[in-house]
Amino acid sequence: MPTEELTSSSIDIDRTRGDFRYDEKHEFDAGVGLTHDTIDYIVNVKGEPDWIRDWRHKALDVFLSKPMPTHWASKDLENIIFKDIRYYLAGGQKPSRSWEDVPEDVKRTFERLGIPEQERKFLAGVEAQFDSEAVYSNIKKAVGEQGVIFMGSTDGLKEHPEIFRKWFGKVIPTGDNKFSALNSAVFSGGSFIYVPPGVKVKHPLQAYFRINAENFGQFERTLIIADEGSEVMYMEGCTAPKFETATLHSAVVELVAMKGAKIQYVTVQNWSANVFNLVTKRAIAHEEAEVKWIDCNIGSRLTMKYPGVVLKGRKARGEVISIALASDGQHQDTGAKMIHAADETTSNVVSKSISVGTGRATYRGLVHVPKHLKGCKNNTECDALMINSTARTDTYPAITVRGTGNACQHEASVSQISAEQIFYMQQRGLTEAQAMSLSVNGFVNDLVREFPMEYSVELKRLIDLEMEGSVG
Amino acid sequence: MSTALLESEEMTDPTVAPAPLLSAGPAAPGQEAAWSTFTAIPMPVRNDERWRFANVKDLDLGAYAQPLPLGEANREDLLGRSRGLEAAAGRMVFANDQLLAREVLSESLSQMGVVWLPLDQAMVEHPDLFQQYFMREEAILGGQKFAALHASQVRTGTFLHVPRGVEIDLPIEAFHWLHGRNGSCFPHTLIIAEDRAKVTFVDYYESSDANAPGLACAVNDLWLGAGAQVTYVTAQNWSKQTLAFQINATVVGRDAHAKALFAQLGGRHVRSESVSHLRAPGGRSDMLSVTVADGAQEIDARTFQVHEAPNTASDLLYKNSLDDTARTIFSGLIRVDPGAHQTDAYQKVRNLLLSDDAEANSAPGLEIEANDVRCTHGATSGQIEEEELFYLMSRGISKKAAQKLIVHGFLQEAIDRLGHEAIGSKISELVRGKFVAHA
Repeated sequence: MPTEELTSSSIDIDRTRGDFRYDEKHEFDAGVGLTHDTIDYIVNVKGEPDWIRDWRHKALDVFLSKPMPTHWASKDLENIIFKDIRYYLAGGQKPSRSWEDVPEDVKRTFERLGIPEQERKFLAGVEAQFDSEAVYSNIKKAVGEQGVIFMGSTDGLKEHPEIFRKWFGKVIPTGDNKFSALNSAVFSGGSFIYVPPGVKVKHPLQAYFRINAENFGQFERTLIIADEGSEVMYMEGCTAPKFETATLHSAVVELVAMKGAKIQYVTVQNWSANVFNLVTKRAIAHEEAEVKWIDCNIGSRLTMKYPGVVLKGRKARGEVISIALASDGQHQDTGAKMIHAADETTSNVVSKSISVGTGRATYRGLVHVPKHLKGCKNNTECDALMINSTARTDTYPAITVRGTGNACQHEASVSQISAEQIFYMQQRGLTEAQAMSLSVNGFVNDLVREFPMEYSVELKRLIDLEMEGSVG
Repeated sequence: MSTALLESEEMTDPTVAPAPLLSAGPAAPGQEAAWSTFTAIPMPVRNDERWRFANVKDLDLGAYAQPLPLGEANREDLLGRSRGLEAAAGRMVFANDQLLAREVLSESLSQMGVVWLPLDQAMVEHPDLFQQYFMREEAILGGQKFAALHASQVRTGTFLHVPRGVEIDLPIEAFHWLHGRNGSCFPHTLIIAEDRAKVTFVDYYESSDANAPGLACAVNDLWLGAGAQVTYVTAQNWSKQTLAFQINATVVGRDAHAKALFAQLGGRHVRSESVSHLRAPGGRSDMLSVTVADGAQEIDARTFQVHEAPNTASDLLYKNSLDDTARTIFSGLIRVDPGAHQTDAYQKVRNLLLSDDAEANSAPGLEIEANDVRCTHGATSGQIEEEELFYLMSRGISKKAAQKLIVHGFLQEAIDRLGHEAIGSKISELVRGKFVAHA
């Protein structure tokens, strides 16, 4: 079983992107540590209804009662000091309606993140999270007219309780794991999206998240409901400034795809190398619905994230496309869960990981096909690329199949970049780093194409950046 | 273990009740430490990753008693039923951990310094070898408690030491019988093949009564010196009510080649743990298994391919066929240590489900800490293709017979990989026997 120790020196990575911050003033600050008082503080500040207060208190009890999952997970989890973390910080301002209202220094932050002004115009709506509260939330007129609800989760639970309560915490119950319980206790921020029946949202809905205060954990909560026959794509990207001590990011994302609906959820995760990124993501796919998680993990100190799909209706389909890049001192512990719960459901998992320097990439998979189902199919492919001899890669799939009507296959391979390939490119005038970049980009190319255009361009840039430092 | 026990054994079935295993204490002086380890380690729990998927409730040892010596009539009966290969170099037969027969059938066994003795005798006559190799590799896949139980209860078994450069052409066989209701036995096999030695060994695990409940807890350790070649086979056919453990460690030296085939046919709940340590460059280990699980059987196989040195190879193929409400578990791990470059490791498990209530769990794992390697694993679960059935049925073969043919063909791949015709056909015969019994 994997055991290793990480010291703070081994995670000290220089990162040009996101390595910056501005002074901030927070109107509301719950202080460090987590008690039932913290919860009351959060509820009071946010002006939330009593059912949420009860919900949060119960969740805190569950969190406190659950042990760390270190019997299977990385021992590095033990380095999280829960009492030193700030669980709630907010500027207190309402999400801004227009770009002009956004404070100047926040705009400058986005500038550094490389979100061009023009690009925003093409985005259906921008939900940018600055610390706990959404600073800026803009839904394009066209989307609003279609009846699509796109707002922060706090507003969602206040303004649309009839939709919100029906699904909130139903896909991922509070007690699912220690960190989903933590999120349920202290969540703030995140998105709430409802797409009415038959509505196909043309433009991807997009949100950028950032952490910008020392020792401050982010606990956003996202709930997306795509009603019958609707289609929606949601994109989330994260960059975070570099801090002295570790921060915790623990989100919960729940997706509900009703009959015939399609949801694509795209993540590019590039937290700074001291962030613990412990995320629970799961979807329910009803009859003939399709849910696709497209997940790319580049940053963080330790990421543990296994997006799942519960295939609840006949002919539902689930897919996870995953790219992980583990650089020096990083551990990308990612994977997928596919729970088949109806006939003729299909699922596909394609995971590619790259381990560089002392980086470690882990794939953990769960495929479950219970009895008396017919025509279920799962395909899982995991490929790992090792760049240096100090790198590490692991694969831990678990597949349970009952009955005679189903088929599952799993394949994994580990390889390195061939010396011949690098030599071939070098003798044509490329530097070693350029040749490595080309090779690595070639390795993940078929998956990168699955990402929306702007993300795939950014991904290629990020891989180039990582490869520059990996040779020599 | 004790040699005294052999001398004082009675010639008839005793009338006194044997001691319950859990309160029996060690079998003989010298085994107390193992007994305290056994009692100190708690029973496995399900949230231990090494016992994931397993029905740990099945593992209760409360019902079983220490092994009892057999009466004359039973000895004769079991000796008569100990039918192995047509041609063997030697054969030992044990029942309830008591040696019934030792036959040297080929001169090659007695020549050139080969030591082939019951374990208890070897302990006395070859203390240095015994000390150096007996249970030297820890059980690391979760079965420490049961390895300790074995160490505290083992009375005899096979000890085989093949000196440098000696090649034994014909296979050597050992039969281990479990006799009596709720009895127990602790078969032990220790094979030490020195540099360039070559040997093939077959263990048969059987119960005298196909329906009697019982406990079997076996340990088999293989040690391969430089350039040694060892082929090791267990044909496990305990009664349908047997709780069985098999803990195997194989240590592969420089340029040595180990090949193992486990045929899992019997048992109610069978836990098999097999570790191959590729300890020096050039070593290779082939790990093969065929499982025919039906009824309510649970066959739980854990494997570990540990590449500790560069330029080593391992190749695992486990094939399971599952009928009725049977469950199988395959949890395997390939580990490549830092610096073990040019490792070539492969791992494949294939499950063939024949009934709607059968359940196959697969967890093929990789842990790689070197970059210049080739490691691949695969797991598939499926059922018989309708087309294949139709093809055979259209040629006048009944559906039932056609199914069996296909399952047999499916398992045959792993049996053939052993590359030993006589043993291969013996295993196929046992598989067919199980099919006949099931119909």
